[in-house]
Amino acid sequence: MSHRLPPLPGEWIDRSQRIEFTFEGDRLWGYAGDIITSALWASGRRTLGRSFKYHRPRGILSLANHDVNVLVQHGQQLNLRADVTPIAAGMVLSAVNTNGGVRSDRNSVLDFFSPFLPVGFYYKAFHNRRWFPFWERLIRNISGLGAVDVSTPHLRTAKRYDFCQVLVIGAGVAGLAAAIAAAEAGAEVVLVDENPRVGGSGCYQLGADDRQAEQVQALVQAVQGCDRIRVYTSTVAAGYYADHWVPLVEPDRMTKLRAKAVIMANGAYEQPAVFRNNDLPGVMLASAAQRLIYRYAVKPMQRAVVFTANRDGYRAALDLAKHGVEVRAIVELRSHLTASELTQAVTAQGMPIYLGHCLYEAQASPAQDGVAAAVVCPVAANGEPQPQFRQTIACDGIVMSVGWAPAANLLYQAGAKLRFDESLQQFVPDWLPPGIFACGRVNGVYNFQQKLQDGKRAGLAAAAFLGYAVTPTAAHSVWLGDRTESPSHPWPIIEHPAGKNFVDFDEDLQYKDFPNAIQEGFDNIELLKRFTTVGMGPSQGKHANMNALRILAKITGKTPGEVGTTTARPFFHPVPMSHLAGRGFSPERHTPLHERHAALNAKFMLAGMWRRPEYYQRPGKRREECILAEANAVRHGVGLIDVGTLGKLELHGPDAAEFLERVYTGRFRNLKVGMSRYALMLDESGVVIDDGVVARFSPEQFYFTTTTGGATAIYRELSRLNTLWQLDCGLVNLTGAQAAVNLAGPDSRAVLAKLTDLDLSGAAFPYLGVRAANVAGIPARLMRVGFVGEWGYEIHVPAESAPALWDALMAAGADWNITPFGVEAQRLLRLEKGHVIVGQDTDGLTTPREANLTWAIKMEKPFFVGQRSLQAIAQRPLKQILVGFMLDPNYTGYPPQECHLVIDGNDIAGRVTSVAYSPTLSRYIGLAYVKPELAALGTTFSIRLSDRSLVTARVSPTPFYDPDNQRQQETVLTTLQEVSI
Amino acid sequence: MPLNLLKFALSKAHPEPAMFTPRDRLKPSYDAVIIGAGGHGLAAAYYLARDYGMTNVAVLEKGYLGGGNTGRNTTIIRSNYLTPEGVKFYDESVRLWQDLSQEFDLNLFYSNRGHFTLAHTDASLRTMRWRAEVNKHFGIASELVGPEEIQKACPQMDVSCGGKAPVLGALYHAPGSIARHDAVAWGYGRGADQRGVEIHQQTEVFGIQTKAGKVTGVQTSKGEIATEKVLCAVAGSTPRLLHGLGLRSPLYIHPLQAMVSEPMKPWLDPIIVSGSLHVYVSQTARGELVMGASLDPYELHSTRSTLDFVEGLCAHMLELFPFLSHVKIVRQWAGMADMTPDFAPIMGKTEIEGFYLDAGWGTWGFKATPICGKTMAYTLVHDRNHDLIQDFSLDRFKTFALVGEKGAASVGH
Repeated sequence: MSHRLPPLPGEWIDRSQRIEFTFEGDRLWGYAGDIITSALWASGRRTLGRSFKYHRPRGILSLANHDVNVLVQHGQQLNLRADVTPIAAGMVLSAVNTNGGVRSDRNSVLDFFSPFLPVGFYYKAFHNRRWFPFWERLIRNISGLGAVDVSTPHLRTAKRYDFCQVLVIGAGVAGLAAAIAAAEAGAEVVLVDENPRVGGSGCYQLGADDRQAEQVQALVQAVQGCDRIRVYTSTVAAGYYADHWVPLVEPDRMTKLRAKAVIMANGAYEQPAVFRNNDLPGVMLASAAQRLIYRYAVKPMQRAVVFTANRDGYRAALDLAKHGVEVRAIVELRSHLTASELTQAVTAQGMPIYLGHCLYEAQASPAQDGVAAAVVCPVAANGEPQPQFRQTIACDGIVMSVGWAPAANLLYQAGAKLRFDESLQQFVPDWLPPGIFACGRVNGVYNFQQKLQDGKRAGLAAAAFLGYAVTPTAAHSVWLGDRTESPSHPWPIIEHPAGKNFVDFDEDLQYKDFPNAIQEGFDNIELLKRFTTVGMGPSQGKHANMNALRILAKITGKTPGEVGTTTARPFFHPVPMSHLAGRGFSPERHTPLHERHAALNAKFMLAGMWRRPEYYQRPGKRREECILAEANAVRHGVGLIDVGTLGKLELHGPDAAEFLERVYTGRFRNLKVGMSRYALMLDESGVVIDDGVVARFSPEQFYFTTTTGGATAIYRELSRLNTLWQLDCGLVNLTGAQAAVNLAGPDSRAVLAKLTDLDLSGAAFPYLGVRAANVAGIPARLMRVGFVGEWGYEIHVPAESAPALWDALMAAGADWNITPFGVEAQRLLRLEKGHVIVGQDTDGLTTPREANLTWAIKMEKPFFVGQRSLQAIAQRPLKQILVGFMLDPNYTGYPPQECHLVIDGNDIAGRVTSVAYSPTLSRYIGLAYVKPELAALGTTFSIRLSDRSLVTARVSPTPFYDPDNQRQQETVLTTLQEVSI
Repeated sequence: MPLNLLKFALSKAHPEPAMFTPRDRLKPSYDAVIIGAGGHGLAAAYYLARDYGMTNVAVLEKGYLGGGNTGRNTTIIRSNYLTPEGVKFYDESVRLWQDLSQEFDLNLFYSNRGHFTLAHTDASLRTMRWRAEVNKHFGIASELVGPEEIQKACPQMDVSCGGKAPVLGALYHAPGSIARHDAVAWGYGRGADQRGVEIHQQTEVFGIQTKAGKVTGVQTSKGEIATEKVLCAVAGSTPRLLHGLGLRSPLYIHPLQAMVSEPMKPWLDPIIVSGSLHVYVSQTARGELVMGASLDPYELHSTRSTLDFVEGLCAHMLELFPFLSHVKIVRQWAGMADMTPDFAPIMGKTEIEGFYLDAGWGTWGFKATPICGKTMAYTLVHDRNHDLIQDFSLDRFKTFALVGEKGAASVGH
């Protein structure tokens, strides 16, 4: 049988479009505009989901985007909220977390075992060390909600930024009024609502009063006609972050909006009454029944009992009756009632009012999937039910309207202070941070006309805050009127000896769980939350926290205000990871020569964000062979490496030399123009953090490099120091703007000579000299460096000229068989030369003394970063020192690897930091930290491999190769060139 | 169904007594005062009472039990550290952890899941090898494994990371575990309370009184109390308390954030950490994914949440686990990490007699809870630093005897 009502004005469904879908294997249909829940309810389905712990049947509770007992799986989409997800043709849906389907969930046996499973039961059992893994597997098997499908693709959801002057969150009556008022005062407004249509409760909590609906329509039209208001519907303001930064989560996008002021018109959550079986399908909040009727034209039930303690319950009764529901009783929790037009209207329609009564329990239908009757009884003055006077009223639905809790999550996140208003029985804003405003129900204002006024007031207050001229009296920052409706009952909680009176529907917590937890000592709200898990389910306690708080307050003899609330954290509703991740931002940096490397079959490796050629693949050759060939080319001919990833900084100004003296350990004031010098940087604790080369191009102009990995951090730190010290110099980061290559090998000078007019003789351009000159017509900076241990030039050019430079060098070098080489060959060559790599041969605590870098320290300088620490460290015995080592030339076993330990007896005595087979020396060489006792030249020590075997190494002098720097001498170079020609 | 649960069905009234005795007034004096009722403070109280019979002890807590970083961390327990000092210390902690549930008769859900620290670069692979070698030297199960073995333990993971930063290997630490963090505080609290220790919640400490370099008492929001021994275990509030005593420390406070997903059917068995991607993740027995990342990159004494944190963490999570695109994040939160320059804690005696410090726990404090309580109890009773914590004293920052655990911090800082 269909439960669809005749067409209603303003309904959200389109009856011209029938949409078929499948739920739990059954073919069903609904109309376009239906959500899953409304389509299911219309087709007569009542058990829509199963509860988290006891697997009890559940139906509609709030129908307000937090019916988290009705989560469905649709293919790869899990935990879809059926009360907000529109149906689509061909959907194949199933309820989550059932064992054998929602109708006959085999795990519902847990409901019968519930006496064994009291609050926190899992802390009290299963912890025998031997048996825990067994129980844990069992628990993990039945826990969780929906299932994740590991074949789901990586969704890349769009993100965008937006800005406005006034953001209004919530397009209910107050929010609409606020938006209009702010816009009319001149502000640019964004209005956000999570529903597909605006109007909020103004469109469904009617009390059969059509005039209210007309007023709301007028507001909606005013908003639509105002070009200063932009409206986001189906959009959740998911959180509030500092400085009015609000993520707006739309179905297929996230907009990050920065506002100048925010009006919180988030409304309130209707709160359930706590009574036995209040979770049966067919027991729902009054607002849920009204939404079913006015949005989806679905009849919530045939015969209803309304349990209420406020005016909204009477409105709901009238709405139900108007649409054909027989209201069999209004059970009024309050014992006194002032007659009003609402009570008169329900009485006139013959609905009996049971004054001072409570709903004691709902009786289940024989199939346990719905309501058969409501058992009501009087309530004593102390709030206790008197079941000896109970009456049973047959019905198929129970509607609850006993109170509200403010949707104040975002207000709390914004730093608002709320106080508990006793007469209203609600937390209301007491103090609001600058630029934050609140109106409507979240502000404790429930009367329709007052909501209009409160919205207008907040809108004007926000406009005034932004400097628009408004009448000051109209723009109070808080509501000054009375709050004539007091909709929340202080104790809508009915104890029952048989329990199953649920407080938290997400987590299946019954009333008794709370006194029991409090008895165990969890007697403040934060501890109570953690022990019982109240409010920790997917709805984050939207219809549980207030009742839990009331229970705690009552038992501990405090007021709800004294008990307080738990911290409200983002998100308001859960947000998909795809929306938060967006398209992702993991930039990959390429040097301007990347295409050249790719064309040469480079194998790339990661170096921070950069991709660098590890080596160039030669046809049919193994990795090691390729690397050795590249290294050989540099030693005996000429090689070319892209070093553009180095940090490249320029420093100008009268104090430039002074700045360098302070940040580096060496002397730079006396560095001659046209020369360069190795530079070592420490942190304040004297630890080595970076190194590079400083070149002086004029008295007040230095150009210097940092390590690839350190480039960003060093620039940031130097900028900080420059700001701090106020020296007269300016720092420019040229890392991305400049490209650099190192042309190295005995033939490098001959190659370069073909491309420049610069005098390249050793006398004119000596080792460590720097020059500015044209290379292949490109303005370049040249530095004679020796990192790989051969005659060579680092050539720095503007990034856009780098490919032309590379091509020119490759062409000019063709006669010498110029060979591009990668990072691995460079590592090997520098190791032969005994150069350390900061970060590989040093770690987070390495001092210059340990790394054998004291030669680069000028302690006699008045100051440099780390100097004071070095003085203290000098007083301490040295724990380890970096030494060179060699293996026996005949060693044929597995080579040691970097970070294998040096072992002395049974103790760790150091570690290997670099190791490689040296083609030049025909044996394995490396660098290792060893304790000082093992550091003398010629000492042997043991390195332990991964398979625990030991290899003997001998401490050797470094550099291993060309210890006297002969290769930088012109006479030697000339000889070498003759040989190679 | 375990027998322990029978009594709940059979008894009319809830058969469980209070875990913590409600306390109202402070006594005029105590043998020792512990400031901070987090896991560390309560553990110290527990071992003081259990091992040394020292029960005239007050634990003072400004907020509620376990409400600081004990209740905010992502509950990972491991001992695969980098320095011998660290390895020995954390290994002893893991040993204590394994028996705690039975000892407390409270299920802490100490769940041994195995722990993978992924390496995406050859530099991090080197560090992993270093850690593995040091760990193995001290008999700790820790080894370098390749992508195939990672894939076997977590077949769902995209080890190619979408081709961006492929996983080259991992440090695998079989004893890696997770536990129910709040229950740890409750277990220690109940154990201490049962032995007579007084736990005073909602009791703020304003200052510590000294005379001639010795502790004499504590000023609190409930009045002054006399004591000669004070143990300070207050994480982010340490600098403020030290300042009052004229002690200097190199602590600096950074926020550390985390987030949790909606529950889903369990699919993730091990704990996965990626330093390069700034991700760590495990799945709880409830089916939620608990995720964390690196420290916020600035000093701040606040527990506010930021949007860019969840955005960044989700982006990186999807690189490793693209199929989580539809999974929703329910909640994010933050704690304050009290960082030290060498990423090792500060423990033990100070230059003020009777003032013992337990601080600098940055991002690594939860796993040390048991051993920290035990060694601090020893230190307080004997007025001598326990052997396991000799290297962690506050002096080391003056004498440059730093410990150097930077390389073992689970994610970049």
